[in-house]
Amino acid sequence: MRKRHSPKDRLITVALHVALAAGLFFAAFPIYWMLSSSFKSNTEIFALPPTVLPKAFTLEAYAAILGDPVKLRFFFNSYFVAGAVTVLTVLIALLAAYGFSRFNFRGKGSLNTLIISTQTIPPITLLIPFFGLVVSYGIFDTYVALILTYLVFTLPYAILLMTGYLNTLPRDLDEAVAVDGGSSWTALWRVIVPISLPGIVATSVYTFLLCWNEFLFALTLTKSASMRTVPIGIQLLMGQHAFEWNQMMAMSVLGSLPLLLIYLVAQRFFLAGMTAGSVK
Amino acid sequence: MTRQKRSRHRLKRAVAPYLYLSPSLLIIGLLMLLPMVTVIGYSFQNSAVLRRDPSFAGLKHYQAIFNDPVFWASLWHTLYFTCMSVVFHMTIGMIFALMLNSDRINPTLRNILRVLYILPWLFTAVIIAVIWRLLLEPNGVVNSVLMQMGIIGSKVEWFSSPETALHAVTFANIWAGYPLFMVSLLAGLQGIPKDFYEAADIDGAKAYQKLIFITIPQLMPIIISISLLDFIWTMQVFPLIWITTGGGPIYSTEVLSTYTYKLAFSSYNLSQASASAVVILLISLGLTLFYIRYQKAR
Repeated sequence: MRKRHSPKDRLITVALHVALAAGLFFAAFPIYWMLSSSFKSNTEIFALPPTVLPKAFTLEAYAAILGDPVKLRFFFNSYFVAGAVTVLTVLIALLAAYGFSRFNFRGKGSLNTLIISTQTIPPITLLIPFFGLVVSYGIFDTYVALILTYLVFTLPYAILLMTGYLNTLPRDLDEAVAVDGGSSWTALWRVIVPISLPGIVATSVYTFLLCWNEFLFALTLTKSASMRTVPIGIQLLMGQHAFEWNQMMAMSVLGSLPLLLIYLVAQRFFLAGMTAGSVK
Repeated sequence: MTRQKRSRHRLKRAVAPYLYLSPSLLIIGLLMLLPMVTVIGYSFQNSAVLRRDPSFAGLKHYQAIFNDPVFWASLWHTLYFTCMSVVFHMTIGMIFALMLNSDRINPTLRNILRVLYILPWLFTAVIIAVIWRLLLEPNGVVNSVLMQMGIIGSKVEWFSSPETALHAVTFANIWAGYPLFMVSLLAGLQGIPKDFYEAADIDGAKAYQKLIFITIPQLMPIIISISLLDFIWTMQVFPLIWITTGGGPIYSTEVLSTYTYKLAFSSYNLSQASASAVVILLISLGLTLFYIRYQKAR
């Protein structure tokens, strides 16, 4: 056992706590600054010396964002696109994962490798052909264009996550359905889906986040203000009034709320999704 | 079961997996593999996308790219940005994971700090870019604190001077990306059997010896696979740079993705942009093959 409470040992403990505090400052100060700036007036943001707490606490930045129908539309678009992609991805990935997890078939190994490798395809490579396709099918600047393109990026992760989850479920359960003469389809919906909820939630969370954060395709494949999503909205705010920092911070806070809420409520699922594919 | 029934059942089992996989394969085939073939095709055409009957260009666009000094500068910036990011993500992630794993801190404090240390990860690249633009504004808080401490004499334009811009965007990315390592290494640390350390204690090993001879070798598989993934993903950086510097000033933060994007959507030279996109794809594929081989070898 380690000798406790020797002077050297105490010194190490104190040094560790100092280092932890420094780490906390490094990790959290930029976020704190965003939050506090969103409650300041635009002139106070650049006050000298900087005010750590808002001296004149104001909600004017939030009022400006929430009172503007154009900006509210950005939020609606982000929620709508991310929601639609999440539902589609989870459904399609669930079927594929069931195929991977419960059947042996020719080409299984190579298909699995294909799906792992599609995770790393650079978005910029697909952007140009997508742009060509989207324009030639007349779906430029529509939800359909965003939903279809996001699906391609969310699907590989979702399949790997779901397959990993289904592999942890005992096979006796769906084999029991087969013995009773039920088809694999029945087994999927009656037995597998009800006990896969944790896996489905983790996959949904991760898919939603990927879509919520997407920037490059939203920037290129949409054009009108009514089709823009939150990340593009923040960028537009920057171009329009370069000095409305408090509004930009307020919109960033509002744009981060879904992620923060999901993280706080469902930390386990969140981390399961975020580290998927990396720790195995 | 009768024989007929059984063979029908077997046929169903044989066809079923393909049916379950078909929607996914259709989407991946049509919207991922086909576009990849298309972009390779574009890179060999003149006025790709813009004209209905583009003529064959041969390797012209690839030559144009390889003769463009901005392309080589972008490649170098991408490498610098990526290598620095991965090395510091790993170092900071490791330090935080080891600190959080120490038995010298109270479990409640540990849980609170773990949540807070993960925070930078929860913000999307656009928001990270906006936060760092605010912090590093010439009149912003970083400059004012550094000036008060006497570290800098005058206001530094972090994102808009060519000497500092690349370091500034790299720093912002380092801040945003270490939690992936931290979370993964923390999980790895908890998986190292306690008896290894107990055995080392009996042999009288010092703390740093335990770190070098037990902890790091045990974490090596995680370190290598996360580094590879982080490298592949960081190389693809776009929004952070687009919003902080836009590749400027004077190309000093131009990376492969912003270079390609500008070729395609500012110059409308989609053929040359396709050639550049194919080069990026080849680099990524090379790294991916390496990653898959490594994962299979484990």
